[in-house]
Amino acid sequence: MTVMEQRGAYRPTPPPAWQPRTDPAPLLPDALPHRVLGTRAADRVDPDLLRRLYAELVKGRRYNAQATALTKQGRLAVYPSSTGQEACEVAAALVLEERDWLFPSYRDTLAAVARGLDPVQALTLLRGDRHTGYDPHEHRVAPLCTPLATQLPHAVGLAHAARLKGDDVVALALVGDGGTSEGDFHEALNFAAVWQAPVVFLVQNNGFAISVPLAKQTAAPSLAHKAVGYGMPGRLVDGNDAAAVHEVLGEAIAHARAGLGPTLVEAVTYRMEAHTNADDDKRYREDAEVEAWRAHDPIALMEHELTERGLLDEDGMRAVREDAEAMAADLRERMNQDPALDPMDLFAHVYARPTPQLREQEAQLRAELDAEARHHDDEDAHADAHSHEPEGNTR
Amino acid sequence: MTTVAVKPATMAQALGRALRDAMTDDPTVHVMGEDVGALGGVFRVTDGLAKEFGEDRVTDTPLAEAGILGTAVGMAMYGLRPVVEMQFDAFAYPAFEQLISHVAKMRNRTRGAMPLPLTVRVPYGGGIGGVEHHSDSSEAYYMATPGLHVVTPATVADAYGLLREAIASDDPVVFLEPKRLYWSKDAWNPDEPRAVEPIGRAVVRRPGRSATLITYGPSVPVCLEAADAARAEGWDLEVVDLRSLVPFDDETVAASVRRTGRAVVVHESGGYGGPGGEIAARVTERCFHHLEAPVLRVAGFDIPYPPPMLERHHLPGVDRILDAVARLQWEAQS
Repeated sequence: MTVMEQRGAYRPTPPPAWQPRTDPAPLLPDALPHRVLGTRAADRVDPDLLRRLYAELVKGRRYNAQATALTKQGRLAVYPSSTGQEACEVAAALVLEERDWLFPSYRDTLAAVARGLDPVQALTLLRGDRHTGYDPHEHRVAPLCTPLATQLPHAVGLAHAARLKGDDVVALALVGDGGTSEGDFHEALNFAAVWQAPVVFLVQNNGFAISVPLAKQTAAPSLAHKAVGYGMPGRLVDGNDAAAVHEVLGEAIAHARAGLGPTLVEAVTYRMEAHTNADDDKRYREDAEVEAWRAHDPIALMEHELTERGLLDEDGMRAVREDAEAMAADLRERMNQDPALDPMDLFAHVYARPTPQLREQEAQLRAELDAEARHHDDEDAHADAHSHEPEGNTR
Repeated sequence: MTTVAVKPATMAQALGRALRDAMTDDPTVHVMGEDVGALGGVFRVTDGLAKEFGEDRVTDTPLAEAGILGTAVGMAMYGLRPVVEMQFDAFAYPAFEQLISHVAKMRNRTRGAMPLPLTVRVPYGGGIGGVEHHSDSSEAYYMATPGLHVVTPATVADAYGLLREAIASDDPVVFLEPKRLYWSKDAWNPDEPRAVEPIGRAVVRRPGRSATLITYGPSVPVCLEAADAARAEGWDLEVVDLRSLVPFDDETVAASVRRTGRAVVVHESGGYGGPGGEIAARVTERCFHHLEAPVLRVAGFDIPYPPPMLERHHLPGVDRILDAVARLQWEAQS
């Protein structure tokens, strides 16, 4: 006779005691995005940091404009501009220590450049000559990641590995609002929280995943709220306020470095330009909305703060703009040179130990290139022969 | 001459021994996956490792294949050598994006600056009475992805030797473990494991003169059995165990078919778009003038893996292999 069949013998009792493992209250984000510029909190910020952020913001804006111009000239296959989001980009780069790692998405070229990457090397993916034009270990910047949110578990794994090795390293991973819908976002946050990995996730909520607005992306009160379910703190910050992003990220990184685990930071910002040059943003948003955000421009916010406090004058602004122009001119000039490509590189980095099949294909391409070269030599010889003919015969 | 004590061992034990030896030799080797710790894996391959090496090196992860492989990518970026267990073939599919977009491509994307030396262990194939989603032969998906090595042992010695090589390889390796051979036993000395033919080399498991059976993994013992049975028909079949699907050992395979003049490719994954089509094409390209008959394939049917009570009708068995051998146009010779 089973328990169920013993009529009257089984007396239901309440289930064994259950307690939530963490009080969700301290994990919840504030109701409003954290702001520093234009508030009393700004007084606490080191003026040198503000000036540095300002210079990087101006350079970043110029960089975005230059890269966008390069797409129009056909020098870049595509450029996803971060104009309007420069505060997130430069704060993410400047808040990290040298030993820390940055995991950017495809829109975060600017963060990589602000971290010290050569602007030309940072653009190779978008130019189309190489997938990643830099050694990720050199500046501790992972390759720009095109599949959405897939770089987030990498950041978790790297941070976890660093801690296993006893290294004091934090990983900062960038993702967009659309990316938070991906499974990899969920898995990365879950792993990070379970492992208490020293990693910080920065969601740049710029309002749209190409054309799909946030309201169609999530029903969560905010993207920062998602943190609570994983058991990590969520922070909400004004993504156009570089000082605020720097401060919130700085606290999250200190938290992670102290062994207290990951944080999810949502920076509320806005993408001022189309998704890429291939997108028509007039189809999915009103000019009025864009204009409202233009009035909350990250550079203007910082400029206002600095001039109000007497930390920046006309000369200072001119110097920063001249620096930015010089960077743009250098970028323009170097990007207008055709990259030197070796077709044999196609096979150079598929395997450490190339397969016999790839060696055969490599030999095939080598033969094709040699034949091409012989053909060109013949043509040249032919042209040379003609040029040496007596003038009379060619008329 | 010293005699080495040779006792029977199972493939699962040999795989476990390979993991243990790799972890002992190289402190950067980490084992991770669902249930690999206290339980020792659902097939007990990782039995005892957590106790010996601790949870930091033998890690029970959350149940999330993309997360398991994705975090392993990050660990490899930082200089570790993760060995990831995907509990069953069909459970690995959520991790495909990580495998294809990152594991297979990271070396190429970074022009050699960021290789990912990691091993993905995937128990695969049917024949153990598993229910839905526990018996897929997923090798064609992996084979179609440049940047990955794809390896599958059929013997206890190979299970040990190939896994050691996979872990030591600076390229990512998808290591396909034939589930139904986990408990197969060979005379193999676990106290003195030997190196085997390296990754990328096929071996002739049984020499023969009449025709070549080209096979791998779970179908190797079936082909050996078929070769034994074929003797009654007067056929002397050679059995080539590929061991590695990527890279593919064209030399050993073509040399065998040139000797025998006839070939049948045998595997249990579906035939259409399956490994057999590629193998048959490669053999035909290299051995056309030596062939007495078209290269035939004996594969699983082109159906979703059937329920366990019907799987014996799906899996290529001895009779189906012998039927194919019988179709090799023997009359043309007479």
